[in-house]
Amino acid sequence: MQEREKILDNYTAKVFKNRKDHIVQLEESGVSQEIAANSRSIPGMMVNRGCCYAGCKGVVLGPLRDVVTITHGPVGCGFYSWGTRRNKANNPDGRNFIQYCFTTDMQESDIVFGGEKKLKQAIKEAVEIFHPECVLICSTCPIGLIGDDIQAVATWAQEAFKIQCVAFSCEGYRGVSQSAGHHIANNGLMKHIIGTGDALPHAGKHTVNILGEYNIGGDGWETSRVLKRIGYEVLNVFTGDGSYEGIKDSHIADLNLVMCHRSINYIAEMMKIKYGIDWLKVNCIGIQETIRSLREMAMYFNDPVITAKTEEVIADEYAAITGDLDFYKEKLAGKTAGIFVGGSRTHHYQSLLKELGVKTVIGGYEFAHRDDYEGRDVLPSIKLDADNKNIEEITVNKDEAKYRLVIDRERFEELKDKIELEEYKGMFRDMDSGTITVDDFNHYETEKLMEIFKPDIFYSGIKDKYMMVKAGMPARQLHSYDYSGPYSCFQGALNFARDSYMAIYAPAWKLIEAPWKTTSTLMGKIGGAQ
Amino acid sequence: MLDLTPKEITERKALRINPCKTCQPVGALYCALGVHKCMPHSHGSQGCVSYHRSVLARHFKEPAIATTSSFSEGACVFGGGSNVKTAVKNIFDIYDPDIIACHTTCLSETIGDDLNTYIQQMDIPTGKMVIHCNTPSYVGSHINGFFNMMAGFIEYLAEKADICNGKIGIFPGFVNPGDMREMKRIAELVKADYIMFPDTSGVMDAPITGRYSMYPKGGTKIADIKKLGAVRRIIALGEITEQEPCMVLKRKCNIESDIMPLPIGITNTDAYIMSLTRLTNAEVPYSLEEERGQIVDIMLDSSAHVFGKKAAIYGDPDTVLGIAALVLEMGMIPKYMLTGTPMDSFSKKAQVLLNKYGVADQCQVKAAGDLFELHQWIKNETVDILIGTTYGKQIAKAEDIPMVRAGFPVLDRHAHALQPIVGYKGALRLVEMILNAILDKQDRICADEDLEIVL
Repeated sequence: MQEREKILDNYTAKVFKNRKDHIVQLEESGVSQEIAANSRSIPGMMVNRGCCYAGCKGVVLGPLRDVVTITHGPVGCGFYSWGTRRNKANNPDGRNFIQYCFTTDMQESDIVFGGEKKLKQAIKEAVEIFHPECVLICSTCPIGLIGDDIQAVATWAQEAFKIQCVAFSCEGYRGVSQSAGHHIANNGLMKHIIGTGDALPHAGKHTVNILGEYNIGGDGWETSRVLKRIGYEVLNVFTGDGSYEGIKDSHIADLNLVMCHRSINYIAEMMKIKYGIDWLKVNCIGIQETIRSLREMAMYFNDPVITAKTEEVIADEYAAITGDLDFYKEKLAGKTAGIFVGGSRTHHYQSLLKELGVKTVIGGYEFAHRDDYEGRDVLPSIKLDADNKNIEEITVNKDEAKYRLVIDRERFEELKDKIELEEYKGMFRDMDSGTITVDDFNHYETEKLMEIFKPDIFYSGIKDKYMMVKAGMPARQLHSYDYSGPYSCFQGALNFARDSYMAIYAPAWKLIEAPWKTTSTLMGKIGGAQ
Repeated sequence: MLDLTPKEITERKALRINPCKTCQPVGALYCALGVHKCMPHSHGSQGCVSYHRSVLARHFKEPAIATTSSFSEGACVFGGGSNVKTAVKNIFDIYDPDIIACHTTCLSETIGDDLNTYIQQMDIPTGKMVIHCNTPSYVGSHINGFFNMMAGFIEYLAEKADICNGKIGIFPGFVNPGDMREMKRIAELVKADYIMFPDTSGVMDAPITGRYSMYPKGGTKIADIKKLGAVRRIIALGEITEQEPCMVLKRKCNIESDIMPLPIGITNTDAYIMSLTRLTNAEVPYSLEEERGQIVDIMLDSSAHVFGKKAAIYGDPDTVLGIAALVLEMGMIPKYMLTGTPMDSFSKKAQVLLNKYGVADQCQVKAAGDLFELHQWIKNETVDILIGTTYGKQIAKAEDIPMVRAGFPVLDRHAHALQPIVGYKGALRLVEMILNAILDKQDRICADEDLEIVL
């Protein structure tokens, strides 16, 4: 029996019918197969998915450092998303709100009589205490149900306090996962903030935005460091250590780099239409992928100085880690891994693991779409279901004043064949035959896969981690990096190798079994012997 | 750190900043994990349970299982009946618990889903059970969720009987498994035949075996919850947390309760032991007297280092009251006592405690407060130590105040949930932590010539 069948075998007919299309065992290495994704989870399956609010406030908006983000709803949602994601942020202008949690902490009477009044008062208090330039409002489940008009409140606040105020209707029940929240956050930023600044393009510089980089464990800082060394100007990071002040002017970038395709491809697409900015799918996790990304950037800009500097920096950064890296490679060679993360990292980390000699045998996503698995080629054939149709699709038009093409279209077309320009080929192309991929993985499937494949290490999240450790399997959190990092670029690869090595080689693994379980301590005399 | 927090305190009517509480469902989930072979189920959007499982896993460093009804937009319109029925079928099919404990969320409460009716309409396998409680997130805090789930179990399961089963029921309050183990150890030392409910020891502090078990050995057995209806008496620890379950048990099965403070500190632990021995008629063994004598000895030996020092204590109401009692016994002043849980009874009980030591005029007490306000108080008049949950570490860093972690949640340290803060052993641990924190800072900041080798 194929491993895939073993997992599905215990399911009842109804569950089997649903889940069979979400579990794919690749028949041929690097050849895509169809997978069902971005559809409703089955109740009761103990999935790892979060909700729309988690995607909007938790993922995309939360990392912005200079905005007051008010969670409008009962206390829980704001509380749980307070300081738990490791989206690090600096404090360059003394305006860092990341350490704070703001919520309207709705009470029963607010649910009964409506919460708009309380929300207005909360914004007023926030403005009086903190004097922010920008306030964001994120709704939680009850808000949509009781019909609070948060858009109207935002408009009111803009006029009353002369600030930017944007409302996000990201109630938890919208869509099927965090993914809906990413989209809603993208729409709001695009409609109300991106391009509202009046900066002019920085002539003579190669200016980039990094999209879909949330600076977990300082990844964004490490990537920016390498890019700056080469000579790029990193304008804005969306949204790790990002700022409202900064992203207002993000339209002046020459190129958008897309790190997490899932959470931010909408903004990349819309900025292309509105401002003409091309986007390049990069991956700064893994040495070879970082090198590929840097070289493709250099090809895009086609500036001999940058091209030369790119090679110099690659050689230098690589030289700095090779000695230590060789040690970890030796220790990790031949190991197998499972990776279950959100919507991008399962792909991003496979290349790095391969470089370390680790084969990824299990991959899975919580909230990816088909294009994240199969590549953007499938986009035209994806049919939207009712849950997804409810998420607003916004249309943007060319902004004649700010529209600007950095390279001519002939060259663009030529490059498109060579580099990942406006292209994402998906995760399957980098996976081997026989490996298994699970969409919207649940607790049962995770446990089953652990039993069948017995990988040497599992990269997943906090909800799975301790179950794996209990089973004697090294586990690392790939959402929070287990409070380590950065993992991006060259130094990051070394950090990741070190952490993986530590996880596998912790001496206490050998202590799990008590000696008396295997060695008898019973002493006795043989009857009759004197 | 927290650079934008102004010293000037302005009245806030609507904006909660840096809360000192969370919502009901996580408390309900934690309570349900204290029942053997129970699957906690959240009737709401997926995100709720994802957050709850995460915070529990981070606090206990243990797997925290729970399922969800996975509400979609459609379910909000048509009601979540079909979702919860599908969920229950799948849970029994795939995860095979003995009982499913459903709690609601702000979403299912707002649309008015009636779990009672849904459960009656369910096809529940023979020998299995589904119970529920209502936990609207917009009322109270995680403490309400904890006691509402206790009340839910009692409502569904406790069986009234004509003959008393001779057992003592112990309700441990919202505490760690390490505390529950200590409460049980003490009960055993005074020969109590008891049922502890809920009991997360053996669940949220399970040992590593090399084999993952979804339902570890611990947890109150369903049969024992049923027996709560015929116990001699309940010793309910946590004056605020335990009111509701005791009332429900009294109403349903006519069982009386001693509702008392969490046994944190000497006096509160004494009261717990006295309450137990009144029922067991057993003599307090020398080993317990020895423990008591040891901790009181330490408190007197170290008194000069902490006498008159001021503490800010924040967290859950019963935990704060208990720690304040210990701190007062040490000769310290619980200058700030704050909980996020909106219950006036907290303030009243705090005042009684402070009056007993004649320090009420030096202290500030607040229910339904938040850590932003606590920080502002501290900016105006500082303290020598912070005692409470992890989130206080921001204030500790901003103001360079030593900190001792206690309560829920503690997300940034290991092993704390396995160790008690209750009983004499717990008092010894807290006293040691408080002393170390204060003396470590003293050693760190003092002039070289003032660094004492002996203290």
